[in-house]
Amino acid sequence: MKLMWFHLMPYTELPDDFRENNPGIWVDINSELFDPTRAHHMYNDFMDELEFAATCGFDAICVNEHHANGYGLMPSPNLIASTLARRTSDAMICVMGNSLALYNPPTRVAEEMAMIDVISGGRLIAGFPVGTPMDTCYAYGQNPSMLRDRYYEAHDLVKRAWTEREVFSFNGRYNQLRYVNIWPHPVQKPHPPIWIPGGGSVETWRWCAEMDYVYCYLSYFGYKVGLSTMRGFWNEMERLEKEPNPYRAGFLQFVGVAESREEAMRLYREPAEYFYGRCLHIDPRYAQPPGYTTEATIRARVEGQIATAAKKATARGKTATEMEDIIDQGYIMIGSPDEVAEQLRHAAKEMNVGHLMLLCQFGNMNKQLAAYNTKMFAEKVMPRIKDLFDDEWEDHWWPTPMPAGDRAVPDAALDGSVAEAAE
Amino acid sequence: MTGARETTIQVDGADFRVWTAGSGPKVGVFAGFGGLLQWTPFLCKLAETRTVIVPSLPGFPGGGGRAHVELDSQLDWLLMAREILNGCELEGEDLIGISLGAALAADVTAVWPHKTKKLVLVSPIGICDGDTPIADPWGVTPQKLPALLCANPQALEAHQKMPEGADELEWEVSQIRANEAAARLLWPNGDIGLAKRIGRIFGETLIIWGSEDKVVPPSHRPLYKNGPCGPVTEKVLDGAGHQADFDRPNDLAAMIDDYLRIST
Repeated sequence: MKLMWFHLMPYTELPDDFRENNPGIWVDINSELFDPTRAHHMYNDFMDELEFAATCGFDAICVNEHHANGYGLMPSPNLIASTLARRTSDAMICVMGNSLALYNPPTRVAEEMAMIDVISGGRLIAGFPVGTPMDTCYAYGQNPSMLRDRYYEAHDLVKRAWTEREVFSFNGRYNQLRYVNIWPHPVQKPHPPIWIPGGGSVETWRWCAEMDYVYCYLSYFGYKVGLSTMRGFWNEMERLEKEPNPYRAGFLQFVGVAESREEAMRLYREPAEYFYGRCLHIDPRYAQPPGYTTEATIRARVEGQIATAAKKATARGKTATEMEDIIDQGYIMIGSPDEVAEQLRHAAKEMNVGHLMLLCQFGNMNKQLAAYNTKMFAEKVMPRIKDLFDDEWEDHWWPTPMPAGDRAVPDAALDGSVAEAAE
Repeated sequence: MTGARETTIQVDGADFRVWTAGSGPKVGVFAGFGGLLQWTPFLCKLAETRTVIVPSLPGFPGGGGRAHVELDSQLDWLLMAREILNGCELEGEDLIGISLGAALAADVTAVWPHKTKKLVLVSPIGICDGDTPIADPWGVTPQKLPALLCANPQALEAHQKMPEGADELEWEVSQIRANEAAARLLWPNGDIGLAKRIGRIFGETLIIWGSEDKVVPPSHRPLYKNGPCGPVTEKVLDGAGHQADFDRPNDLAAMIDDYLRIST
């Protein structure tokens, strides 16, 4: 199976009384809480962590997109991914968002992702979420009644821009371009693998099946909650007569590894309680703009996790914000390497998921603890679960980079001397 | 639903419900947020002296299913609204719009000024005043929306209550759909570009504000009062919120009837 290291980039210094004195973490979060000089260190720590994870042997490092959000400081994941393309060499780079409907023209996404793919030598996984209501409809003002149509149209345009070699014109409902001709084109042919993060919409499952894309459930509530969504996904795949290849799916899971469960509880309590207590303080006012959820999904009574989180936020006490409850409800898998490996094997098998995205940094976890968690996972958990699915299934949805020997490496020896120029 | 007869007109291949009641001079009504789930006390009162004709707008209850998703621009909305009015034989008749219905009523009148006799705008929206937009009806939870729209939210809640025997899921879907249609028209700031066209209204216009309107900032009122080139009468209905038709149905109907009767 593939083990991927995911960063949300949460602001790590929200005040203790954040939950009590603020309506939410998103959209109208108090900007006075943001200190750019502190965020300077946060961003650099986060990038250190991502680069460290790449050196530890994770199959991929992942970034994603949020706007006006205190737990996701990446309005532009492409900026981070471009630095990772230079500073890492072997790990794949998974950009689990650009929210396609937000970009005008969407060829900007085609261009930037192609740049990342070219700079990295073909290591890009292109994630295309519709985007949460908070990000798309409220922070970016997109009309919820048009969002999905815009998204699908933008997808078609980006894909054509990546794959067609001739200049073409595009006359869509929302985008009209007389000349489409992006430079650069991606290294990967016909295009980088496309993964779709989704919250549980029936249409998204069907679309992933139709397009042969990976469906990713980015759960904040662990596999116990995610299981029902993933069962729904696999039932739909069965109905559509798609083979149950676990690499069709991805799942996000928080983990905390230490030498013992007691030690893990001690180490990860604060960042876990910070994340679930402050970062998931989501104002329900922004969770369900009309038209965002399709009528088919409403009729199927499927609810996305943002809506779930928002509903929980209105009923105090229902969201587990204390460590014991967080663990009991399975939001975070913690313990010794044996315990975490056992839980992850079980979860991956139960959900039939071949791409596990792991949050080893969460909440206000500092760089040193994130590195420890990452290293413990890489050295002691990864070997115990890496073999899962590999003898049964092939991952058709993984990047195909240029051979390592053909890829450029950052030139640290460049000195600007005359002698060098004369060579 | 009691109190009106229901007919259907077809526009662009979709079926639109039309309620008609009363007798006397014809007046068309475009409803506000959520559309109309049943005949209301306001319409009932208005029908005592007039022939009240209430077509459903796209996406609202009775409004052609998901007809709103075909409407991408304000021009699309206006053409559809005009066709609906034509289908109801509301050409050259008085026209009342409430809230978002007032946005459309004002705009169709601006574009086709000869086709509206007298215009009544109750809590109109459609113009955005720079940095002070209308209150965000999608920035509150559905449970709190009635309190934003009405001074007396119980009246609106009673209107929205599911009738016995109705399909709960379909009832829920129809209300979400109406909310979506409103969003499609007004997202995000309630600006439909009416400011550019309101000056084309040259007929007589009555504007009524609820004194307790929590949706439209008071700073917007002059934009409507001073916008049309025709004569404008402005009134305030005490104790009414944004959807004055639910808060003070009888008084609102009487205020409108007085205006239309005197000038007719």
